[in-house]
Amino acid sequence: MPKVIAPRDPKEWSLFTAGHTACAGCGQSLGARLVLNAAGPRTILVNATGCLEVFTTRYPSSAWRVPWLHSLFENASAVGSGVEAALKALGKADDVHVIVQGGDGGTADIGFGSLSGMFERGHNILYVCYDNEAYMNTGIQRSGLTPFGASTTTSPVGSEVLGNTTGKKDLPAIAVAHGVPYVATTTVAYPKDLEKKVKKALSIKGPKYIQILVPCPLGWGHDTSLTIRLARLAVQSGIFPVIEVENGKLTSVMRIARKVPVDEYLKPQARFRHLFTPAGREELERVQALADANIERFGLLGSKAG
Amino acid sequence: MARTLEKTQVMEGSRAIAASVQRCRPQVIAAYPITPQTHIVEHLAQAVANGELKAEYVKVESEHSAMSAVLGAEATGVRAYTASSSQGVLLMHEVLYNVAALRLPLVMTVANRAISQPINIWNDHQDAMSARDTGFIQIFAEDNQEACDLQYQAYKIAEHKDVLLPVMVCVDGYVLTHSYEPVSLLDQDLADQFLPPYEPSWALDVDRPVTYGVMLGPGEYLEHKYVLQQAQKRALGVIEDVAREFGTLTGRAHGGLVEEYRLDDADVALVGLGSLVSALREAADQLRAQGIKAGVLKIRTFRPFPAEKIVAALGGVKRVVVIDKGYSLGSGGILGMEVTAALASAGVPAVVDRFVGGLGGRPIPASTVVRAVVSPELPRRQDGFLDLKPEYLGEGD
Repeated sequence: MPKVIAPRDPKEWSLFTAGHTACAGCGQSLGARLVLNAAGPRTILVNATGCLEVFTTRYPSSAWRVPWLHSLFENASAVGSGVEAALKALGKADDVHVIVQGGDGGTADIGFGSLSGMFERGHNILYVCYDNEAYMNTGIQRSGLTPFGASTTTSPVGSEVLGNTTGKKDLPAIAVAHGVPYVATTTVAYPKDLEKKVKKALSIKGPKYIQILVPCPLGWGHDTSLTIRLARLAVQSGIFPVIEVENGKLTSVMRIARKVPVDEYLKPQARFRHLFTPAGREELERVQALADANIERFGLLGSKAG
Repeated sequence: MARTLEKTQVMEGSRAIAASVQRCRPQVIAAYPITPQTHIVEHLAQAVANGELKAEYVKVESEHSAMSAVLGAEATGVRAYTASSSQGVLLMHEVLYNVAALRLPLVMTVANRAISQPINIWNDHQDAMSARDTGFIQIFAEDNQEACDLQYQAYKIAEHKDVLLPVMVCVDGYVLTHSYEPVSLLDQDLADQFLPPYEPSWALDVDRPVTYGVMLGPGEYLEHKYVLQQAQKRALGVIEDVAREFGTLTGRAHGGLVEEYRLDDADVALVGLGSLVSALREAADQLRAQGIKAGVLKIRTFRPFPAEKIVAALGGVKRVVVIDKGYSLGSGGILGMEVTAALASAGVPAVVDRFVGGLGGRPIPASTVVRAVVSPELPRRQDGFLDLKPEYLGEGD
């Protein structure tokens, strides 16, 4: 039987331990560590199937120093709903945080129905989506959060089609439409922002949604040393707006001090390589237009951002 | 004893089942509507709304989420309940395996119903049969009194430390769920005496952090399934013990794994599941009146499959007639195959007829059973199907 290790003093330990089997430069493992350490030891984690689940719990080892439960790919929000209901029944609901976490596929696609149910019923749960923009665990297939133009194994580049032809499903807006009182985005390039948002979310009763952009060197085709840099360039180019929406109102945006052309973000990534060929010129312009639209929509360059 | 059993009253099956579930004091209920199960969870919702049952009721958006929510609740250390039927059980399918493999002793009532296509809301056993390999214990009720009594027994079996497996209480949709029958409920004190508060053997606990639902590779997965099989086998004894204890406490016995009727001197044994057994009893009486020594073996517990009990009960008969309400297309009646396999591997020489009837709610009256025993030639030629109507069959059929 595996030995159960409980930390004597959780403050001395990361609640998410080293020794898991994530790839070098994995943005998701970094994101998960930041989330959990911000949430603290009185947290129950429910994990959807995906990379994070696989690389942290290969029997008989575990990277988690908090109670952690994995059931299936699409049901994490429903399992979390049951966990939260049971805590209420036991009178422990005020004492323990419940965080449900999954990747972009588990959140935006296969787990979307159960996520919507969890939001709509108003469970006191923080949902964290680690968005690496494709099904990385199964070998880089397109998800509903794969960005326009990205090449994946199911949205490949060919003579007729240049990568993914659709844009990212706007999950933060969908969460807001459910009346979720706290919705935020961030990236692993900004650990302080991430930790602040997790703590703020957990101080609010009801459902909360945080989407964290987590670069994936394997799936994005970039050098493992570039994870943080790309997570920052995604924000600075306007491709991935970092925002907070509280009770339906946009309350903060991470402003862009110096607008970066999307080329700087896209070029180091093999999944966008075709955009820099003559055939990809139109697509590249469209990606820039999408970034500009984000900047306009959220006022990322404006003077009044919170 | 009379003091602790409530007065017999005529109640709708679903209402009586809900009242029995309520007396089991589930702390979390998650359910999704589907005919003919819905009345059960409606009554429970009302009990919660009235403050008669102190439970969290999670109104989920699908059956998949219903089973997932009770999985999460049980994993957090509370007694949980759900109910479903037909497509609902199928939608839950992958979660059922999870619940059993995580050793979560929840109880689900299945109001047994046919499977689409064609859509059909009436009774057969295809839904439960589709879940036979999931690790759930499956027990079939013959009447509403048994359906009620099984709810208490199901939790007691599931939560037994030697078992720790979920239990599916199978109740024929409409035939039982919507029928009014006299039933006697346990009063709360007696229910509490029989079924004490749930003490989980494991739970998600921030003071004792443990990782559940991990990845096992080829080096360990096989052993995990062996361990589950051993729990199923231990359940064979526990189910009998629990039924006996319940019988002592209430004076009501419905059998444990199987129940025999007029089998002692029988030449022909009629075998079935659920409410059909009542028709089999009637058919046995009619056959005996015609000079054919017939008896009945009610298979009460389908999972774990009580092969030894079946062999012991049927070892002396010349002929076995199994009537299935579940069919494996491309193969045959499912109970029939399992009974045949049990008898064959024990060297019992009886001739076994594997008939199927009642799919999609077609009634199986005693007369159909008698005819199948006396004139088996036609159904034997028609893959075991009973009472086929030629006007609906094409020329090639």
